[in-house]
Amino acid sequence: MDFSYSEEQQMLQNSVSKFIQQDYDFDRRCKLVASDIGFSQENWQLFAELGWLMVPFKAEDGGLGGSAIDLMVVMEEFGRGLVVEPFLASVVLSGSLIANGASESQKRELLGLLMDGQLQLAFAFAEPQSRYNLADVATTAVREGDNYILNGHKAVVLNGEGADKLLVAVRTGGSQIDGNGITLLLVEANVEGVHRQGYTTVDGHRAAEVKFRNVKVPVANRVGEEGTALPVIERAMDWATLALCAEAVGAMDKIYKKTIEYTKTREQFGVAIGKFQALQHRMVDMFTEYEQARSILLMAALQLDSNKGMAPKAVSAAKSRTGKAARLIGQEAIQLHGGIGVTEELDVSHYFKRLTTIQYLFGSSDFHTLRFAGH
Amino acid sequence: MNIDFSSEELAFQQAVQKFLQEKLPADIREWTLKEIPLGKEDFVRWQKILYEQGWAATNWPVEHGGTGWTPTQKYIWANECANFGAPDVIPFGFKMVAPVIFTYGSEEQKQRFLPDILESNVWWCQGYSEPNAGSDLASLKTTAVRDGDEYIVNGTKTWTTLGQYADWIFCLVRTGGTEVKNQAAISFLLIEMNHPGITVSPIMTLGGHHEVNEVHFNNVRVPVGNRIGEEGQGWTYAKVLLTHERTGIARVASSKKRLKTLKKLASETCDGDANLLENPAFSQKLAEVEIDLLALEYTELRALAAVSTGQAPGPESSILKIKGTEIAQQLDELYMETAGYYGMPFVSNQFTSDFDGERVGPGVITSSVPRYINNRKASIYGGSNEIQKNIISKWVLGL
Repeated sequence: MDFSYSEEQQMLQNSVSKFIQQDYDFDRRCKLVASDIGFSQENWQLFAELGWLMVPFKAEDGGLGGSAIDLMVVMEEFGRGLVVEPFLASVVLSGSLIANGASESQKRELLGLLMDGQLQLAFAFAEPQSRYNLADVATTAVREGDNYILNGHKAVVLNGEGADKLLVAVRTGGSQIDGNGITLLLVEANVEGVHRQGYTTVDGHRAAEVKFRNVKVPVANRVGEEGTALPVIERAMDWATLALCAEAVGAMDKIYKKTIEYTKTREQFGVAIGKFQALQHRMVDMFTEYEQARSILLMAALQLDSNKGMAPKAVSAAKSRTGKAARLIGQEAIQLHGGIGVTEELDVSHYFKRLTTIQYLFGSSDFHTLRFAGH
Repeated sequence: MNIDFSSEELAFQQAVQKFLQEKLPADIREWTLKEIPLGKEDFVRWQKILYEQGWAATNWPVEHGGTGWTPTQKYIWANECANFGAPDVIPFGFKMVAPVIFTYGSEEQKQRFLPDILESNVWWCQGYSEPNAGSDLASLKTTAVRDGDEYIVNGTKTWTTLGQYADWIFCLVRTGGTEVKNQAAISFLLIEMNHPGITVSPIMTLGGHHEVNEVHFNNVRVPVGNRIGEEGQGWTYAKVLLTHERTGIARVASSKKRLKTLKKLASETCDGDANLLENPAFSQKLAEVEIDLLALEYTELRALAAVSTGQAPGPESSILKIKGTEIAQQLDELYMETAGYYGMPFVSNQFTSDFDGERVGPGVITSSVPRYINNRKASIYGGSNEIQKNIISKWVLGL
C-alpha cells in the first residue's frame, strides 16, 4: 500500500506549484480575469513548453502517459492558484474526446497542435433544457450530401468564445433524450451560421452561448461513427469531472488553511477568535471534509487508471462528496472571515466563488449521488 | 388561541391589496419581484407614496405619525407587500434610528428628526462596526472628545450599507476616556454627512456590488445637541435598536414569496422527461425548507403576539435572525440548483430595464449564483449568527 507520488509526479507537482507561487499571485489573476480574453497567452505557451498540456494524453498519442494521478497533480495545483487558463475545457475535456473518439488522421492533425498550445478547443454539450443529462441533445445535424447541416443552441460552453474549433454533440437520430443517435462534429468556430455570445462566468472563467443556424459541416469532420458518441462523451466527462474534483481539493486546501490562519490573528473580545471552541470545532469539520474529499479523489483517480470498469461510479462518488465538501468549506471560510469575507479584495471570496460553481459544474452532488446509485 | 383573521382584519387586508394594486409603481414592482437591487430614487419614490397613505412607519407609535398597527395588521402588510412585489422600506431611518429617537431623544430632537424620516426627506445610515470592532462591537475606538458645545469626532466606521447616499449617520462613539472595552463610555451621536472631515470610500462585495462603505471621520465637529440621551448610555440604547433590527430580519414574508416563485421556476425547468419539481431529491429539499419556514412563521407570530401584550422584543428574537437568514440562504441554494448550468454566466445588470445587450439564460434565475454569493452576508451582518447564539446561550439559557 503506497499513496506517495512517483519521482516524476513529484517533479510535476513542484513545477506547477513553483509557477503558481511565483507567477500567479492573486493580483495577477485578477488582471487576467479582467483582460479581454480572460487568461494569458504567455502562460498558455509556458504550460505547453513545460509539457503540462501533454499530461492527459497517452504516450502513443504523443502525451506524457495520460494517468489520472498525473492529471490530479496538475489540477490540484491549479486549484490552489485559481488558474483561469482553459486547461480543463480545452485540453482535458475536448482533448479526451479527440484522443478516444477521433480517427488516427484526426488525432495526428489535432493533438499535436493542442499539446503545443497552438489550438484551442471547446466542447459544446449542454443545452438550455438538458441540465446534466448528456443524452438530452436537441441540436440537430441532418445529412445533405457530403455535409451535415447543423441547427441548435448550446448553453454555457466553457472556453466557447476563445476556441478555434468547437466539438459539438448533435443528434443525428433517435428522440431528444435517446442515448443512441448522438454524434460528435468538429466545427470551425468562425464559419457562417455560428453565433457566439461570450461572457465571464461568476468564477472569473469564460463561457459562451453558441447558436448554430444552418451550419454546413463536412462529413469528414465527424469524430467517430455516426450516432455512437455518447460513450466517448461520458468517458471525457468522467475525466473532466475527476480533474474538476482535483481542482476543488486544491482550492479547499488553500482556504481551509487560510481560515485557520485568519482566526489565529483576528482578535475580538481580547483574544484571537480561533480560541473559541465553537469556531474550533467548525474548522475541524472543514479539515475533515477536506480530508474526505481528498481520499475519495484518490480513490476515483486510481479507479480511472486501473480501467476495471468502475470508473463512472467512482467519479460520481468523488463528485458527489467533493461537491458537499466544497459547499461546507466555501461557506464556512466566508462565515469565519466575517465581514471581510464578503469583499472582493479578499482572495478567499474568489475561491468561494469557484468552489460554488464547481458544486454544479458537470452535475450537482444530487445528480452524481443518483448516478452512483445506478439511477 | 385563535389565529383566524377577524372581519376587520379581512377588510384591512382588502384595503392593503387595493392600495398596492393602485399605487405600487410597475417598474419598482417588477424589479423587486426579480430581486434586482433598487436605486435611491426608487426607494424614495415608493416611501413617499407610503407617506401620502400614512403607512410609511409601521413600527412607530401613532403620536409620531406611525400606523399604530396591531401585530396581525403588520403581518398582513408584510405578506401582501411581499406578494405584490413592494420593496421593504430602507430600515436605517424608520426601523433603526427612529425608535432610539422616539424612545430616548428629547422633544426637540423628535421634532427635528422624525418628520424628515417619515417623509423620506433624509437618508440615514448606520455607524456601528469598525475595522477592529465587528462581533465585539463594544471595543469600538471612534472617539468624540468634548470641546465646549461640540464633540470632535475621529475614527473609522465600516460596513456602512448604502452610506454613499446618506445625509446623516447615527454613530456609536467613545466619549469619556479612551480605555477600550468600557461600555459606559459609549454615546449615541447623530452626525450630518456633508461635513468636510467625513469621507466615504466604497467596499466592493464579492457579488460585484457597491452596497457597503467605509466612513472616515477626521476632526468632525458635532454639536452636543446631536447626542441622543445621556452621555455614556449609548450602548444601552444601541442594544434596544439591535433587538428591533433582529425582529425584522426573519424575512418570513419575503421567503414565502421566494419559495412560491421557486416552485414555479422549478416546475418550468426540464429534468429529463419530467420537470425539476418532480425530482424527488429536489422536492424533498424544497419541502424541508418549506416546513422550516412554516415553523419560523409561527415563531415570529408568537414573538409579535408577545410584543403586543407590552413585552419588549427580547433576546429570543435572535432565533428569528438565525433561522430567518438560514432559510433565506437555503432558498438561495435551491435557486442555484434550479439554474443548473445557467447559474454560471455573470452578465452584470442584464436584468435592469436599461440593459441594451443580448441577455443570457432563461430569465432572472440566471442571477441566482451572484445572489447566493452576495447573500452570504446575511449570516454575518446585524450581529453574526454566532453572536446571536452567544446572546441566546447567555441571556435565555443562562449559560
